[in-house]
Amino acid sequence: MRRWLLVLSTIGLAALLLVPFMPSLVYDIFVMKALCFVLFACAFNLLLGHTGILSFGHAAFFGTGAYVTGQLVKEYGVPTDLGILAGGLVAALLGAVIGALAIRRSGIYLAMITLAMSQLVYFFFLQAPFTGAEDGLQRIPRGVFLGIIDLRNDTALYYVVLAIIGAGLWVIWRTVNSPFGHVLRAIREHEPRAVSLGYPVARYKVMVFTISAGLSGIAGSLKAIIFQLAALSDVHWHTSGDVILMTLLGGMNTIFGPAVGAAIISTLGHYLDPFGGWVTVITGVVFMTCILVFRRGVLGQIEQRFQHRSEPSTSTEVHAEPDTSNSPNGA
Amino acid sequence: MPAKNAFTTIALSSAVLGIGGISSAVADDGYTDDVVRIGVLTDMSGIYSDLSGEAAVTAVEMAVEDFGGEVNGVPIEVIHGDHRNEADTGASRAREWYDSEGVDMINDLSNSGVALAVAAVADERERHAIVNSSSTVDLTNEYCSPYVTHYTYDAHSLAHGTGKSIVEDGGESWFFLTVDFAFGIGLEEQVSEVVRDAGGQVVGAARHPLDTSDFSSYALQAQASNAEIIGIASTGADAINAINALAEFGVTPDQQPAALLLWYDDIDSLGLETAQELLLTNAFYWDADEDTREFSERFYERTDRMPNMAHAGNYSSTMHYLKAIEEAGSDDSAAVSEAMREMKINDFFASDGYIRPNGRMVHDQYLWKVKSPDASEYDYDYLELVTTIPGEEAFQPLEESTCHLLDDE
Repeated sequence: MRRWLLVLSTIGLAALLLVPFMPSLVYDIFVMKALCFVLFACAFNLLLGHTGILSFGHAAFFGTGAYVTGQLVKEYGVPTDLGILAGGLVAALLGAVIGALAIRRSGIYLAMITLAMSQLVYFFFLQAPFTGAEDGLQRIPRGVFLGIIDLRNDTALYYVVLAIIGAGLWVIWRTVNSPFGHVLRAIREHEPRAVSLGYPVARYKVMVFTISAGLSGIAGSLKAIIFQLAALSDVHWHTSGDVILMTLLGGMNTIFGPAVGAAIISTLGHYLDPFGGWVTVITGVVFMTCILVFRRGVLGQIEQRFQHRSEPSTSTEVHAEPDTSNSPNGA
Repeated sequence: MPAKNAFTTIALSSAVLGIGGISSAVADDGYTDDVVRIGVLTDMSGIYSDLSGEAAVTAVEMAVEDFGGEVNGVPIEVIHGDHRNEADTGASRAREWYDSEGVDMINDLSNSGVALAVAAVADERERHAIVNSSSTVDLTNEYCSPYVTHYTYDAHSLAHGTGKSIVEDGGESWFFLTVDFAFGIGLEEQVSEVVRDAGGQVVGAARHPLDTSDFSSYALQAQASNAEIIGIASTGADAINAINALAEFGVTPDQQPAALLLWYDDIDSLGLETAQELLLTNAFYWDADEDTREFSERFYERTDRMPNMAHAGNYSSTMHYLKAIEEAGSDDSAAVSEAMREMKINDFFASDGYIRPNGRMVHDQYLWKVKSPDASEYDYDYLELVTTIPGEEAFQPLEESTCHLLDDE
């Protein structure tokens, strides 16, 4: 099984590296957009899949990253690299605040608190004078990365985006497979027991909220640089809903399942364009089919298939982590 | 290893395909890839799909057919896409069209955020974009471009058309019901300025969120203001709900509502009973004269609806663009841009219309009044002309524009 995964991930990585050389097959800016959602969904899944916290307001972090970076780079002439970093930091800070409030409750109440907080953030960006409300923050310059790489060149931008997303995914992978990640899993599986073992559960939750928000912010920052605009749709609750959809579709009990989900949803939106108003219907049908047919999500189902080839699967609560933890699973 | 071989084959073949893609985009005879391609980027599935949407695509297709399907022997192709009211989706679609699908001009562009984003891409890629169904004046000011044309109407023409005419007719005190979005607030500010300049006064404003269904408290605020005119600074469903609420709460007969951006289709939704006496500024009405009727009836046969001003603008602007290509003898953006700005526009939509250096198409606007149900004699007989507003008065004076293209002259 591990050999197959290695082959698959090598092919995937090679394909991603080759994208700028295949303009007639796939459009690089579309791939960059999909990559932003890949990082966003994987970061979101740190909470949902690995800690068992459903946040219904993650667009707040994504959009905050986009607006902060956009404003800093456009109005204050901050270099792009620092702008992206600042976007991530501000989003992380916001994540710490919202997280600290939200984790006082659990389940549906927690989800409602995050939704309410993200609506506040939405309202802020709707009203703040610098955002241009529904017209968006337009014409953000792409600038120069690290003082040498001119990002106005789409190919250069593509590799920078790929590298940053790759680094972000590596951080997620490290987090999940660290002692910290094991505590998170303990919290997900049995919170009272984690408390009784002496773990400061609340602090762990705020911490993972912060990491997840920061990475989501970086995904948003990158999107603002790629499209040179930050718009209200980035902070809208639709985007919070989309990221949940991506995560469930790809498989929330895996590390990189949400990446697959993000790729599928972005691709559907992009290539079904000629169908006009039918896109929403088709996406709905695909989602329902996936939920009914592979309940673990696309990647979750594939992993399970490989793991339980010989043995009959009787247990419904098998988690894939023990195996993925030491397999070099690619993006 | 078979897997490795398969991979090498895939990589090689994709590289070959990639090179093929590049070479096919090389220009020939002044026409990029031997076809003039027009993309209609519009809202196919969201709130503006009824105002522009598929009918906008039909309008552009009609223009291409009426032009003869080819220009100087080069075929014309129309494709369409959905921006889903997201600026980033619109921008990425526009980039892809310009970069890898050889689109020469993008038309329609409902939603101001999308229009601004696509205008930025058009400016960068030096290809044409024609905005027909969004209102932001930034397109011809801060963000103007030699390749961007703002065609049908803008916030300035709406404000000056309706505001000025009403104050001159004696409607001096105003109250606004404004949608709390940049579009609504901008419109309110512009009309307030016009009203004050013309000697009227603004007594207050109530701001409501987008997609409000319950306007009762706003209607009562409007009533309590005792203003003669209630300015409705919103559009689509919000404007319809606001006007309905004003009628239900008995505000309407005593205080006159003025819709600042009401579409022809909205009157259909409101019904003449509620909408009668409403004043609105539109650049086009299907039943204005022989020429508009001729176009509108053909449009009706294909879409089962009468065209609104955006549809008429889509047709007229596409026609003008194609004539400019014919004149320039090439689809080279700079040459076409020059020809577009030199040639006058004379068709059912505009008479002696012309495009200013900042991209603003200047043509007459009309103030209409909605007929009462008794006065409406046949289907779709909704409006009567109050006054014609000359283009020079309706649109922002060129010297006020902050467009950087004007600095060189």
